[in-house]
Formats: sequence, structure tokens, C-alpha cells
Amino acid sequence: MSVETTIAAPEVKKEGLFSKKNRKVLTDPLDDINPITVQILGVCSALAVTTQVKPAIIMALGVTVVTAFSSLIIALIRDAIPGRIRMIVQLVIVALLVTLVDQLLKAYMFDVSKKLSVFVGLIITNCIVMGRLEAFAMAQKPWPAFLDGIGNGLGYGLILVIVGAVREFFGSGSLLGFKLIPQWMYDMGYVNNGLMMLPPAALFIIGLFIWWQRSRNPKLVNVS
Amino acid sequence: MEHYASMLIKAIFVENVIFAFFLGMCSYLAVSKKVKTAFGLGVAVIFVMVLTTPLNYLILGYMLKEGALGWIHPSLATVDLTFLAFILFISTIAGAVQLVEMVVEKYTPALYSALGIFLPLITVNCSILGASLFMQEREYNFSETAVFSIGSGIGFFIAIVLLAAIRERLRYSKIPEPLQGLGIAMIITGLMGMAFLSFSGIKL
Repeated sequence: MSVETTIAAPEVKKEGLFSKKNRKVLTDPLDDINPITVQILGVCSALAVTTQVKPAIIMALGVTVVTAFSSLIIALIRDAIPGRIRMIVQLVIVALLVTLVDQLLKAYMFDVSKKLSVFVGLIITNCIVMGRLEAFAMAQKPWPAFLDGIGNGLGYGLILVIVGAVREFFGSGSLLGFKLIPQWMYDMGYVNNGLMMLPPAALFIIGLFIWWQRSRNPKLVNVS
Repeated sequence: MEHYASMLIKAIFVENVIFAFFLGMCSYLAVSKKVKTAFGLGVAVIFVMVLTTPLNYLILGYMLKEGALGWIHPSLATVDLTFLAFILFISTIAGAVQLVEMVVEKYTPALYSALGIFLPLITVNCSILGASLFMQEREYNFSETAVFSIGSGIGFFIAIVLLAAIRERLRYSKIPEPLQGLGIAMIITGLMGMAFLSFSGIKL
């Protein structure tokens, strides 16, 4: 991270690296402009990887890294990109970063990469990355763009972990692989909820989460 | 012939990209407020999918697979470039979408402004890249790839138009305010997904 700081520092000297505005860029995506529940970006993978907590966490980390660095790179070269072919440029950079993450995982954590291979490839088509590049990084300086990438990655991860936790707890009675529901409950007739392991469950949970979030924060109502 | 008909039905209903694999959810949820825009996006997705998946098949077959470069020079026959598949697939798709974007902007400006940011986002519509990756994984031949891409495109089209029709009706029903819009759309999609689960196992 220090490398990026040195690149970005000259441009934002006047307002400081963690000025109020930059902090807002970082923390807003966690709640008020959460990528999944408010911006409707990146829903596909949120459904695919949340049957358990562990893949959800690793997926969130991967997305955060790719979003942050692609935002940074695009913000650095944004003036040199012709408007007509911007998507191709953006996608090649994203695909490059994802291929790098994929190859690194294969080289150093082969077991994890075997488990995650499909999910890692899916980061390319994760709408969060492209959506934030189009909406934010194309018009901002590198440092805020980098913070925006991290913030959106974390906001995405937050929802993923919540949904993953609910699905793993009710679907297989465990969290991060540890059994939480004791055997005597099963002996008394408790049964894991099989629906939780099917994709529709993720939709129900996210839908109910949106309901809760918007009733708590009325200014989000009708943003849809 | 029967084989292809069966593949088509399977791609449209049994393994619907939205309800069985949940690919392409972002634009599916965001552009399904009106049947008209949903219709436009659905057609655009069918077009891009039918264009890019066979194209990616050719790229995979003649450039990337082990031994695929043998047609240039025999000494290149051992080169395996499959690890480049992601980048080349997505570049093809991005190029095709750019083309569609320019055509739509020129001939139907109303549709262009209605689709807004979601036209560029067809590129990152997981269902399009997903179709190419499924094509690679399942080792389809060329005609199977073509049929599969048509089926997947129609599957997406049906899903998004159905949801848009339901959401147009929902405007007249009393939904708790915080649940309106995205929240209820998620729950409806879940219910539709459960309904489509009942197609699984159907064979022609």
C-alpha cells in the first residue's frame, strides 16, 4: 500500500490523505451507498459464494484488492483513455489483475485456488469493479479512487459475510466450519434447513436485509 | 436435430442463466422496472451472446488450445495459451458491446438514454462471460455452442421480461415502504427461482 501512497501523495497534499472527504469516500460504501443493497452491483457472485462463510471472506478480499488497484490504475491513466474504447481498456486491466491474483493463488495457495478457481474468474465480471470504474475512477484523482475501491470492496464483503453466516448457520449448523448446533438438538429432531443451501435463500436474505436497512435509514427508501 | 432441440429447451428453462446459475443479476434487477426497457436489454443480451460465444469458440479453438497454433507452424503445436482465455474472452465481449452501444446510440436514442449505464454493463453481465466459460468447460462443438448461446440469451430475455411485468403490476399493491423496489424484487426473484427449480430433470 505504501507504493500507492507515494504515487498519490503529491496530488492530494492540500487536503491530507485522510481528510473528512476522503474518509467519507471510504466509509460511505459500507452503509449509505453499499454496492449490493443500494447500488445493485455485484449481486451475481454474492449469490454464488455465500453458502459458507470462508469462501465469502476470501472472495471479498479478492474483490477488494482487484477493485482498489483497478480504480487506482484507471484513475492514473484516465486522461489517456479515449472515451469510445474505455470499456476495453478497463476490462483488460481488470482481467490482468484477476489473472495475476489467480496465478498467485495457484503458486502459493494451491488448495485454496483449487477451491476458488471459478469464483476468482468471476471477479472480472463482477459489476462492482466496472461500475465503480465508470462512475468514480474515471472522474477522480488516484488516491480517492483507491479509497473508493477499498470501501466498495469492504461494503461488498460485509454483505457477503452476513449472508454467508446466516446460510451456513441455518443450512449446515456451523460457522467457519465449527459445529455450533450441538448433537442433542439433532437428536431431539432439529433438522438443517435445506433451502438455505439453494440459491433462492440468498435472494430472500438479501431482500430482507434491504428491508431492514431501509426501515432503519428512511432516506434510502425509493432509491431502488 | 433432436439433440439440438433438447439443448435449446435445457438452456432456456432447465438451466436458465438467471434462475439456475444466477448469472447477470445486476442488470436483471436494475433494468426491470418497465417491460419496454427490459425488452430492449433482453434483445441486446441475446444479440451480444449469440455474437460473442461462437466467436470465443473460434478464438479458443484456433488460438488458445494446446496444439491450436499448429496451423501457423508445426513448431508452435505444443504451445498452450489457455491461461489467456479470460483476457481474450472479455476483450471480444467488450468489443462487441461497444459496437452494440454505438448502433443503439445512433438509431434509437430513447432506448440509449433509458438503458443508461447498464448498456456498458452488458459487458460485465456475468451471463455473457458465463456462457463462454460454460462453452469452454463443457467442450461443445461449434453448432452446439451456437444453439447454447441462443438458448441462454432467450433464457435471460424471458427472465427479465417476466420480472418487469410482475414489477409493473406491483406498483398497484401495498408494499411496506422500505421493501419497495429492490427488496421486493429480490424476494420475487427468489420465488421465481424456486418455481424454475421444478423444471430440473426435464428431458426431451
